[in-house]
Amino acid sequence: MNLAWPTILHVEDNLGDKELLEHACRSCDLKCNLLWVEDGQTALDYLSGTGPYGDRNSFPLPSLLLLDLKMPRKNGFEVLQWVRAEPALKWLPVVVFTASNSSKDTRQAFELGANSLLVKPTAYRDLVQYVKTLHHYWFEFSQRAGP
Amino acid sequence: MREAQVFLLVEDNENDALLLSRAFSRSHLVNPLHVLKTGEEAIEYLQGTGRFSNRAEFPLPAVLLLDLHLPGISGFEVLRWIRSQRALAALRVIVLTSSSSIQDVNQAYRLGANSFLVKPMDLEHLCRMTEALEGYWIWMDRAPDLARDDTHAPSTALEPGQGQNHSCVGQLRPSTEFPR
Repeated sequence: MNLAWPTILHVEDNLGDKELLEHACRSCDLKCNLLWVEDGQTALDYLSGTGPYGDRNSFPLPSLLLLDLKMPRKNGFEVLQWVRAEPALKWLPVVVFTASNSSKDTRQAFELGANSLLVKPTAYRDLVQYVKTLHHYWFEFSQRAGP
Repeated sequence: MREAQVFLLVEDNENDALLLSRAFSRSHLVNPLHVLKTGEEAIEYLQGTGRFSNRAEFPLPAVLLLDLHLPGISGFEVLRWIRSQRALAALRVIVLTSSSSIQDVNQAYRLGANSFLVKPMDLEHLCRMTEALEGYWIWMDRAPDLARDDTHAPSTALEPGQGQNHSCVGQLRPSTEFPR
């Protein structure tokens, strides 16, 4: 963990997808901390600093939330709704990262306040490109807000 | 086709608008760039009223680049209005301004900006920014295409006594109403 680097909190229940993303980040040698939680409720605990997540040195507030939609224990829509209702987190960019191509899901994500929505690529080389572009845009161009 | 998607720039400074236009050409972006000088015009454009009622000529944009400091209503007010319109929920609004103050950044995100960019002052950096914009918002991000989305379009069959709405994006509130 390098606290000088931006942190991405990846909310994802599928371990395979989680590990692929970690692998893609490592292969790009990106200067960011990629942290992971396995479901929506844990994401809320993390963001609210509940329990162990109160230690912000070990669990820093992310600069970007990368959020799956279909998850147990609060899905991505519920997480999004909660984040957008929290005055202390209104600055947090939320990028929905989903396998769903459904226009209903897309529309709902934006209506709930997602900053962006990406469809998970199926090819690993495309995932690597996504990760590079995501980092390049959000951390090298887009201004980071903060608490 | 994504290549035809329009960028709408709300920018009152002619030099800044010209520079961005040149950056688009230099970066070989084929997306049309429409420039508006005031927040009032931007709202009219998005409503499809007045001189913007022809959607074939003035399609809804894929991305709105919004300066904060505008004559008349500010960029923040435009943003507030956009986010009060359900039909525009999927409109990507990227603040593009000379201010880098953390208060402005936070306020823009609080009001629902998708992203916040500080205007580079030279062409080379502007080109890099426009390439990054295209690379992310046009080729990766999957917001619904508002120009083709008729989910909230008004019914073509008007009820007796109903006024006409020429906007293809459904029932937008008149621009004179701003949310509190």
